[in-house]
Amino acid sequence: MNWKLLTDPIGKSNPVTVLILGICSALAVTVKLEPALVMGLAVAVVTACSSCILSLLRNTIPPRIRIIVQLVVVATFVILVDQLLRAFAYDISKQLSVFVGLIITNCIIMGRIEAFALGNRPWPSFIDGLGNGLGYGMILVIVAFVRELFGSGTLFGYQIIPESWYIANGGFYADNGLMILPPMALIVVGLIIWIQRSIMRIN
Amino acid sequence: MENIISIFVKSIFIDNMIFAFFLGMCSYIAVSKNVKTALGLGIAVVVVQFITLPVNYLLNTCLLMPGSLSWISPELAGIDLSFLSFIVFIAVIASVVQILEMVIEKYTPTLYNQLGIFLPLIAVNCAIMGGSLFMQEREYANLCETLAFAAGSGIGWCVAIVGIAAIREKMSYSNVPEPLRGVGITFILTGLMGIAFMSFMGIKL
Repeated sequence: MNWKLLTDPIGKSNPVTVLILGICSALAVTVKLEPALVMGLAVAVVTACSSCILSLLRNTIPPRIRIIVQLVVVATFVILVDQLLRAFAYDISKQLSVFVGLIITNCIIMGRIEAFALGNRPWPSFIDGLGNGLGYGMILVIVAFVRELFGSGTLFGYQIIPESWYIANGGFYADNGLMILPPMALIVVGLIIWIQRSIMRIN
Repeated sequence: MENIISIFVKSIFIDNMIFAFFLGMCSYIAVSKNVKTALGLGIAVVVVQFITLPVNYLLNTCLLMPGSLSWISPELAGIDLSFLSFIVFIAVIASVVQILEMVIEKYTPTLYNQLGIFLPLIAVNCAIMGGSLFMQEREYANLCETLAFAAGSGIGWCVAIVGIAAIREKMSYSNVPEPLRGVGITFILTGLMGIAFMSFMGIKL
């Protein structure tokens, strides 16, 4: 098995920070770690499965209608994920609201199918899809980590910043309310890109 | 009537597709290098949004919603097809974009030259799909409200992309740190524009 297929998209060819794909449906779910993690896993599953299926079908799809076929396969997996979330994790599915449906138009999935799955065998396509989904999930989790820690002082809902530090309890600390607001997600991603590009240039 | 105006204004400024929900970011980042092309894409998004949203609204209320099939026969009232909505919406969007491209090419070649290259991009623009999903989630009461939301969200997206394109044109003269150039600074700028847009939040409509 080719490990590079799995590890490259997580690091040096990350779909979000390097290729700038799939930001659309992502950033609004990064206020808290839990939905971000679920969203990352959902995208990884959908990308891996649809890459695999379309790679199996690659010699039978007429090129002219391939976009529609791709959308239908992706939409099928997204519906499955959505129904599963509703059945087993209803709270999170409510928090993610429309963003589960928006996995269909996530550019990472279409991008990986067009660029990789249509020219490769099913197993490598599966691994490639999984790697890219995980690379995307990793960025979501990093952004959510920063936003939840500084915005609400918790991680996965558990209090991390000691209660006695807060001004209300006679301490010196206050949560940064700006971190919870949507624009901060963009700024945090901008900073991650900055850091990653600086490191990559040094190497 | 007031309700419609309020939805329209709200979807441009307060619930802006880019600044509040980050929808359509991919093409927003990729096609905002100059104002002219940004405006072209923005107008194309407004047009596609204005056509697909009412179609999806009608499909949703007449076919997909729980109990919506009762107009065919009362026996079908118990059927809930809403799990099919993703696949129906994306099919409508993809086919509307395809038809629009052919119609524009046939009747107004000049417009086609300006908009044509952007149309295929729009099929996978999250702002369009997101608009349909928000329409479903927010349960707009009638077609007029849906149209107001369609126009507002499209125009809001257009305003955002033209704004960032204008800033990026000016940015080419400034000395940005090397690794931050291009995408990085665009993200941070969008964040700052988003903070500016948040000042509209206090408006009561």
